[in-house]
Amino acid sequence: MKYLCLVYMEADKLRAVPDGECAACGDGFRKSGLLIAAEALQPVETATTVRVRNGNVSITDGPFAETKEQLVGFYLIEARDLNDAIRVAAKIPPAREGSVEVRPVRELQP
Amino acid sequence: MPTTDRVHEAVAAVYRSESRRVLATLIRLLGDFDLAEDALHEAFRAALEQWPRDGVPANPRAWLVSAGRFKAIDNLRRLARFDALDETGARAEVAVDGRAAWADEEGIEDDRFRLIFTCCHPALSADAQVALTLREVCGLITEEIARAFLTPAPTLAQRIVRAKAKIRQARIPYEVPAREELPARLDAVLRVVCLVFNEGYAASSGPAVTRHDLSAEAIRLGRLLVELLPEPEAIGLLALMLLHDSRRAARASASGDLVLLEDQDRALWDREQIAEGVGLVERALSSHPVGPYAIQVAIAAVHAKASSSAATDWAEIVGLYDVLLQTVPSPVIELNRAVAVAMRDGPATGLALVEAILDRGELKDYRLAHAARADFCRRLGRTADARASYERALALTEQEPERRFLERRLAELRT
Repeated sequence: MKYLCLVYMEADKLRAVPDGECAACGDGFRKSGLLIAAEALQPVETATTVRVRNGNVSITDGPFAETKEQLVGFYLIEARDLNDAIRVAAKIPPAREGSVEVRPVRELQP
Repeated sequence: MPTTDRVHEAVAAVYRSESRRVLATLIRLLGDFDLAEDALHEAFRAALEQWPRDGVPANPRAWLVSAGRFKAIDNLRRLARFDALDETGARAEVAVDGRAAWADEEGIEDDRFRLIFTCCHPALSADAQVALTLREVCGLITEEIARAFLTPAPTLAQRIVRAKAKIRQARIPYEVPAREELPARLDAVLRVVCLVFNEGYAASSGPAVTRHDLSAEAIRLGRLLVELLPEPEAIGLLALMLLHDSRRAARASASGDLVLLEDQDRALWDREQIAEGVGLVERALSSHPVGPYAIQVAIAAVHAKASSSAATDWAEIVGLYDVLLQTVPSPVIELNRAVAVAMRDGPATGLALVEAILDRGELKDYRLAHAARADFCRRLGRTADARASYERALALTEQEPERRFLERRLAELRT
């Protein structure tokens, strides 16, 4: 089963987790066959929100919701069950500074 | 037909003693709570049809698991014919493959643990863990759980539905956690067991003071947990339940009326259970820092050792409550401490403490806070204040014997 691990952190804590450590973590997951995709994200100030209402595209600056912690990256993983996914999520380096939201992936209905 | 009646009674008895074990195993075999609950009901329906004809089987539990499993497989196969995705068909195959040792005694006890740890999974909210455990592991009906938690029944039903949906959708596994994860997972389970025991020991509503089935269930769960993981807090909780439960026979009179600790006939206390509980206290107190269950069992042991209320070491009890309050600050523990202080220093001191707690508002709807105030006022001869508080407690109680006790006190104040 697929789980999306959404990594949240406060902006001023970003430097506490070196990129090299995150890259090594991703490589480790890939070698174990756990990883489907993982990316780090540019800061939230670079975000643009797109909506389509009555056929019109509206574009606004910034994320949908303002929170103290921001989305800084994600790991899409393959895990046997939630306990397995929690074990993987606990190894994601920013988990010790911010938080990781583990969400099961939903199969689209035909 | 009298034979049929006897068989119906036998089915009802098996339902009481075995339905939760059968459910726990069916959840493993079918991989889904709702499917397992439907299968459980179908299995008992089949028992009501077949047992009067064929007799009660030698091993009813194995019969029920087998019947439930086959009913579920039938249903899944029937559904699979209409199911384009064939997901239910795959589920039916899983169920058929789950032949492994379903009737084996040890495997079935493991299933109860799988069920407990799944219901107490930290990915579920604390409220949901308690509700789900009482519903699935203990078989309480939604209304009973709702009363125990002073929550409307529809809210509680919704909480259980959501928890089951999360188990299914996030795929919370049906397993006993790995050894290294056990201590953290055990805390949640102990809290839930403790709440189940409390509901059995001091039923929140209904005709009786205690509901022994629930206390016995909690003690049984406690024993199994200690066997699985002899951690000091698990031992502490088991000892605490044993010591409290040892007073059961003395807590209600022959007519079912409530008897307070100080008026209890201590000869009725279960000495065997006290010996077992006291024997566990040292092991419970062996951790550093000492956990809240261990401190509570130390308090219960002081009571158990005293030959009468007057001979109780109340100073020791107050001291232990002080330690407990540092570990787990709670207004209910403060209230208990206030009662112990009153026993040591007199009702005036207790009254001042209880009124301070009531003024803070957290316990303004807690019947025992008002009952304590009423008792202190009564002892101090403040009849009008005592009456007002007894009336407030009376309005808040939903338990019959407690209601009669409070009414008796009120009647005494009138004469």
